Amino acid sequence: MNREDFPMLNEDYIYFDNGATTFKPNQVIQSVVDYYTKYTANSHRGDYDLSQKVDYLYESTRDVVKNFIKANNSKEIIFTSGTTMSLNMIVFGFMKYFLKPGDEVLITKAEHASNVLPWLELEKEIGIVVKYIPLDDNHKVTVENVKNSITKNTKVISLAYVTNVIGDVRPIKEIASLIHANNGLIVVDGAQSVPHIKTDVTYDDIDFLAFSGHKMLAPTGIGVLYAKEKYLELMKPISYGGGMNSRFESNKEVEYKELPLRLEAGTQNIAGVLGLQAAIKYIEEIGIDKIHEHEIELKNYLLTKLKEIDNIEIYNQESDSGIIVFNIKNIFSEDTSRYLNHYHICVRAGNHCTKMVKDEIGIKNTCRISFYLYNTKEEIDKLIEVLKDNKKIYEVIL
Amino acid sequence: MDANLKREIIVDNVENPFHRGIKDKENFIKANTHNESCIDNIDLYVKIQDNKIIDAYFEGEACAITTSATSIMLKKIIGLTKEEARSLMKEYYQMIEEETYNSDKLGELNVYSDIAKQPSRKKCATLPFQTLEKTLKISEIEIDD
Ligand SMILES: Cc1ncc(COP(=O)(O)O)c(C=O)c1O
Repeated sequence: MNREDFPMLNEDYIYFDNGATTFKPNQVIQSVVDYYTKYTANSHRGDYDLSQKVDYLYESTRDVVKNFIKANNSKEIIFTSGTTMSLNMIVFGFMKYFLKPGDEVLITKAEHASNVLPWLELEKEIGIVVKYIPLDDNHKVTVENVKNSITKNTKVISLAYVTNVIGDVRPIKEIASLIHANNGLIVVDGAQSVPHIKTDVTYDDIDFLAFSGHKMLAPTGIGVLYAKEKYLELMKPISYGGGMNSRFESNKEVEYKELPLRLEAGTQNIAGVLGLQAAIKYIEEIGIDKIHEHEIELKNYLLTKLKEIDNIEIYNQESDSGIIVFNIKNIFSEDTSRYLNHYHICVRAGNHCTKMVKDEIGIKNTCRISFYLYNTKEEIDKLIEVLKDNKKIYEVIL
Repeated sequence: MDANLKREIIVDNVENPFHRGIKDKENFIKANTHNESCIDNIDLYVKIQDNKIIDAYFEGEACAITTSATSIMLKKIIGLTKEEARSLMKEYYQMIEEETYNSDKLGELNVYSDIAKQPSRKKCATLPFQTLEKTLKISEIEIDD
């Protein structure tokens, strides 16, 4: 749908790597161009009209994000550079002070590096214990397994809402209620969910949420940290400088601003923020449920067609998102992606930054197809045609 | 060597790799090299006695170029002294970098003579030799001890 809005689609590529990043519609590109051509100014700095206009647009984006994820209050929305930075702020700005040695944090082996490595660092720094919730035979997190993994020491569960390899949607609401009953907190990595399925942090009772703009039509370098206000109030900045202080004196008296600015030190990615606003408005205009439906329809179509090819192995038939992971039997994933690249079809090969998932699905490297709103059945037909012809692979890539 | 023959040799080494899989690892030196893409992942096992490579195996998953280059390299190096292996390595790198080299020395390794045309694949083709160099270095450290 809406293909005419995406200039990259004129470039003769079939782009199936939307889990990595997405193409941008003209509306988003224009919002960035407008900032650089019509009202360039810093935010929260000047008293002149230009700056005030930028302030207004910047702050109104907070409202747009707040409504998009159903937060209670715009103060709960902090702009970051992306999911990775948001998760690091949560771990090193909050959890470092909230957690005590011996407290347990539950993750899974299917988490992205950005939801693993900060926790492992914190484990070394302050002696928390990082544990893995076992996945079931379909590589999913079940409420039962979460229940069985929680001990009296479990203080945090940190999970992707949708994983980037397997594409399963986790029962976050149920998990949140389990950890809350244990007096713990839930951290949600929304990088692969916020762009594709409806987000409601209030309904799900999510304490912390991280996501990236570039995976949802917005520019790179902009992302969001959401947290309930009572937790954000306790969060320590990991950056200090301009824009976040209200006063400092030579006698070393320092006072910081209130939320949200306290957590946004330095000149922000203003063009990115404005682009994010345009992206969210674009998605809302179509309707996120419609986008999701479209992806599921494409996914089911692809699954049916893939099964008609003998030597294709699919690893996540059960997933409920627009992500499919496969290999051609006895062919290394990177060779497959090179082969597809020859026909201008972009898929991701590798371990998708979730290096531990090999322990779970027993396969180290796979090809991943991840859809977005602009993908079509015709593109899938082209992919299938090329995959059916896979006897030719070495002829093409060698 | 014409392109079809090159491809045939590469594919044969991918589908029937030489010395892939090792049962008894005792007395073997092991090294692993990750390509910068961090996808290719080969463990190389080399047994060195009296300065000579007397046996070698590999394990792991990698792309067609890396897998075949490892297989072909192993065929070439077993029985060589470390100096001979390094001299082969030098010749091979010269070919990869499009410098002058002695193609008679390289045998089947000549199948990668055009790899410079695909710069992103140079790494794949040199990965096995980088890993070999690691094992040779390890063997020297152990002797110095
Ligand atoms: C599940 C998941 N979490 C986190 C990230 C990291 O996002 P970013 O690189 O935008 O910070 C990604 C991106 O690949 C992801 O898929």
